[in-house]
Amino acid sequence: MRADTPPIVEMRGITIRFPGVLALDGVDFLLRPGEVHALMGENGAGKSTLIKALTGVYAVDDGTITVAGERRTFATTADAQAAGISTVYQEVNLCPNLTVGENVMLGHEPRRGRTIDWRATHTEAERHLRSLGLELDPRTLLSTHSIAIQQLVAISRAMVLEAKVLILDEPTSSLDRDEVEQLFGVIRDLRDSGVAILFVSHFLDQVYEISDRITVLRNGALVGEYPVADLPRDALVTKMIGRELDDLEALSRSAHRVIDRTGEPVLRAEGVGRRGVLEPADLEVYAGEVVGLAGLLGSGRTELVRLLYGADRPDHGRVAVHGRPARITSPRHAIDRRISFSSEDRRGEGIVADLTVAENIVLGIQARKGWMRKIRKSEQDAVVAEYIEALGVRPADPQLIVGNLSGGNQQKVLLARWLATAPELLVLDEPTRGIDVGAKADIQHKVSELSAQGLSVIFISSELEEVLRLAQRIAVLRDRKKIGELDSGDVDLDGLIDYLANEGKGSAA
Amino acid sequence: MRIWRHRLFWPSAALVVLVAVNAIARPQFLRITLQDGELYGALIDILRNSAPLMLVALGMTIVIATRGIDLSVGAVMAVSGAVALTIIDGSGDPGATGTVLVAVVVALLVSLVLGAWNGFLVSALGIQPIVATLVLMLAGRGVALLITGGFITTVNSAPLAYIASGYLTVLPFAFIISVVVITALGLVERRTALGVLTEAVGINPEASRLAGVRSRGIIWGAYMVSGVLAGLAGIIYASNIKAADANAAGFLIELYAILAVVLGGTSLAGGKFSIAGTVIGVLIIQTLDSTILFLGVPSAQSPVFFAFVVVAVVIAQSPRTRNALRALGGARRPRAAASVQDRPKVEVAS
Amino acid sequence: MSAAMTGTVAAERPTSTFQTFLSRRAGMMPTFAALIILVLLFVGAEAFLRGDFITPGNISALLLDNAYLVILAVGMTFVILTAGIDLSVGSVMAFTGILGAQLLARGVPAWLAIVTMLAGGAVIGLLIGTLVQYFSVQPFIASLAGLFLARGLAYVVSLSSIKVENTGVLWLQTNRIRVGDWYITPTGLIALLTVAVAAFVLHLTRFGRTIYAIGGNEQSARLMGLDVGRTKVAAYVISGFCGGLSGLVLTAYSGAGYPRNGIGTELDAIAAVVIGGTLLTGGRGYVLGSLVGVFVYGTIKTIISFMGAEQSWMQIIIGALLLLFIVVQRAIVARSEQRR
Repeated sequence: MRADTPPIVEMRGITIRFPGVLALDGVDFLLRPGEVHALMGENGAGKSTLIKALTGVYAVDDGTITVAGERRTFATTADAQAAGISTVYQEVNLCPNLTVGENVMLGHEPRRGRTIDWRATHTEAERHLRSLGLELDPRTLLSTHSIAIQQLVAISRAMVLEAKVLILDEPTSSLDRDEVEQLFGVIRDLRDSGVAILFVSHFLDQVYEISDRITVLRNGALVGEYPVADLPRDALVTKMIGRELDDLEALSRSAHRVIDRTGEPVLRAEGVGRRGVLEPADLEVYAGEVVGLAGLLGSGRTELVRLLYGADRPDHGRVAVHGRPARITSPRHAIDRRISFSSEDRRGEGIVADLTVAENIVLGIQARKGWMRKIRKSEQDAVVAEYIEALGVRPADPQLIVGNLSGGNQQKVLLARWLATAPELLVLDEPTRGIDVGAKADIQHKVSELSAQGLSVIFISSELEEVLRLAQRIAVLRDRKKIGELDSGDVDLDGLIDYLANEGKGSAA
Repeated sequence: MRIWRHRLFWPSAALVVLVAVNAIARPQFLRITLQDGELYGALIDILRNSAPLMLVALGMTIVIATRGIDLSVGAVMAVSGAVALTIIDGSGDPGATGTVLVAVVVALLVSLVLGAWNGFLVSALGIQPIVATLVLMLAGRGVALLITGGFITTVNSAPLAYIASGYLTVLPFAFIISVVVITALGLVERRTALGVLTEAVGINPEASRLAGVRSRGIIWGAYMVSGVLAGLAGIIYASNIKAADANAAGFLIELYAILAVVLGGTSLAGGKFSIAGTVIGVLIIQTLDSTILFLGVPSAQSPVFFAFVVVAVVIAQSPRTRNALRALGGARRPRAAASVQDRPKVEVAS
Repeated sequence: MSAAMTGTVAAERPTSTFQTFLSRRAGMMPTFAALIILVLLFVGAEAFLRGDFITPGNISALLLDNAYLVILAVGMTFVILTAGIDLSVGSVMAFTGILGAQLLARGVPAWLAIVTMLAGGAVIGLLIGTLVQYFSVQPFIASLAGLFLARGLAYVVSLSSIKVENTGVLWLQTNRIRVGDWYITPTGLIALLTVAVAAFVLHLTRFGRTIYAIGGNEQSARLMGLDVGRTKVAAYVISGFCGGLSGLVLTAYSGAGYPRNGIGTELDAIAAVVIGGTLLTGGRGYVLGSLVGVFVYGTIKTIISFMGAEQSWMQIIIGALLLLFIVVQRAIVARSEQRR
């Protein structure tokens, strides 16, 4: 490692206070040229606050920032960019209405006098795109390209600014495996050319694949900085959550539970699909069974459950609930048949941020009853108290505004909303994404416990270990098509990955 | 909870101050007299004259709660007045209560249809509310002019005049209409789940849909309520001037109604709303209007005052001002004010 | 396309010229649609009125009669491109118009009166922009305050109309530069010049591109290090300035200032901009499209008066046309979202 190279970024004793919260407490952070440095921590550990302090979004209350040997205070992101610090965010922060070339060059277009030289702008943009191995027509609209391409365009833009420091804030959360590989190729090239890269991700695999060094934060304080080779995964997780990992590992493999599949399934879908969205697929879920859907993002896993729930309209197929044919074309139809669905987009399609915890929890029951029959106050209080207790929502105050809770607690509130409607089939799309490890364990336990009591669950997660641990049966999807089903007792993680990647391609390893 | 943190504290305080200033400047302002069993006085005038704006603003509150806006209310008022007066004018017996009743019912039905049209554009076609209602705002007055044949239809009808100027027991009938509508909306909000479901739809439409809320129906309904209330306001307006004036009816009322809603503390971003707040907002506007008139300012110039009110209110409500006040309150926060606009919206929105 | 694919990335190169065009210029479609509608209107009116419609005189008059609206629509385009809206323009036009007429009547030199009018408009724009940018007020509400202020101030200046005698200002309207039966007035030239300058600024300067970037995604524009704050305020100042300029043009056109001018004109300007293909959600549209939009508006108005129909039809037809465009735009947006 290059511990001897002088750091390009040196943050010392960084302290940031928000009203009532100490967001960062005297954190030190060093970034050296030519390294990929992962910043790790649970939600609320202070990762994004630290990044925002470095990029001039937040003012620092205490501490110093030194960039390339010079003390700096950045008042705006523009200042930080001028000093060679560029950031690529999780949601691509480019303008979809402009061309690829313009997005790369915006604010730095070559000019003749005061007028933009468009020809030179596009040539220049193309040159930068090429340098990252991107063959793109710079005159096409950004919105016509996939998210992965857009992310790479954002990195090209950083190159225009001659970034010496590149911050990648969860760049991979919406990319599939091939796209991640592309991105990593680009990152390695940049690293080798001497750029310092700060990488934030929730995916441990990726962190271990790409990083040279890891800094861990917890509760706004620095835990430590470690070379990757010296920090095994379990040690990293332990440092992130501050307790031993027993909880997660000790989760009984509910996968080994035996399911009675002799009667009618709770849900039987035959040939459900929609043109351009999902090829017709079959799926059966029996009482008390957890069916996992495994597949990469965009494989059709989310699309399938949305069609089953009526969030999107299927144009093929038949569905039967408890053996009776059911026509489900809107969420209400699904809810009437005791099917509940928790979307992967917690903020956008899950919580109602400005309402209280209590209002969010009873929303599902109230919607089911209709607006005419308001649930009595006493009844509401009882339901809300029961689920806050059962799921361990923290803080346990039903009158708090949901938007102010942490991601994990928001997810618990959503789970409470759906459990309160007493569903027979619960569809959970990425219920544990982007939440802290403790809440993750709580949710996994709950799913396992409820299914043992007879609830049927369809469980989607990017983390295949999680699917393997919870589900008895796993339906595998790839390229908008269901490619098969596995009994989770018969496969391990490697087997599942192999199946997912190679089954049906005639080249199984 | 401290009293000044209550969402209705500032609007109420503004109203009280305004009334106090008037009472000091002209003592007769507070005087209410009883003549022939009917109450008269400046305050009673304010209550009566506020009826059209009150109805429109209440409808607007509900639409705004769903994250929408209804620009067409003035045009709907014009159409409703035109329909009602054309029916009365064309009937054999304009003075009969039956004729007026029929005219009112038909006008309200037409308004309901216009509201449903707005609701269709917004909830079924998914068009932005500002744009969707702009269509009717532009075309509505044209329709009203077509109905009246391009003229100002005037009628002489005692039952019609009663709507705006009559008394039911001791109070003006128009005010009674306001009270009935306010009570009805308040009851629906309290006694049913419509209030919280409307807020849910306004805050996060997609989450509400997936939670099984009939978002489309709720949004559609909000525009229909707004349409009917605007129609009712149009009838009161027409009754007041005893004419259907397609150009003057409800002129700029959409703007005053939005102002009333904002004054009442309901955010234009949708979600949380307050019926009581809007009522206070309307009363503030009407009292201010009466004050300006009292000062001898030509009514055409009064928009200048309202402009200052709008500016003062929005500046007072802005996150920048609040942060500045908080900073004054003691929390040491260097550069806090300067970096406000760089902060993510979520953090400053509270 | 170069055959040697050096890149590691599967490039999504379009295959035909048509596809290339689509992937590069999809945003122009609504403007083309407006152009087609304009042509259809002309052809239809010509056929219906048996050749009396497309005459040099009529077309010259189209620009003359709508010069004020062209200027307002240009300013409105800037604001709408940033995903804002400016409801104040009609009232600003009335205020600056009556202000100018009053100053001239008091014997103030014409140049000073004109500068005051333009500055007056710009100041109201500055007020709106400041509220929007620095106090996070929704554009709708901030410009509503501007509308109230300008309308009230117009009445403060004068409650009734004031005739303009100044030959310099009237010259802007009366002087006709003729080529055969075609003619153009200085007011028309001002309008066209405004469009040209605006097109130049929007397409060839960093300021203009920042306007588009803000409309595309304001948060991104800020994170890209662009000067979002000042650019947004500037858009409203430009709109206010255009309000002042159209006040001048309208005063010259009507030979008087009148405080009731321009009631509802902001809606006409918005309608013209939308018909011209600018999306109200911001970031997409062209100032030339707005010019086409105004011509569509003006042509419909002319046709209606030719046919002797009631002016109330004007409002209904513009409303219907607006509806048509909005629904079409909505469909386009919905389709492009689906492609993603």
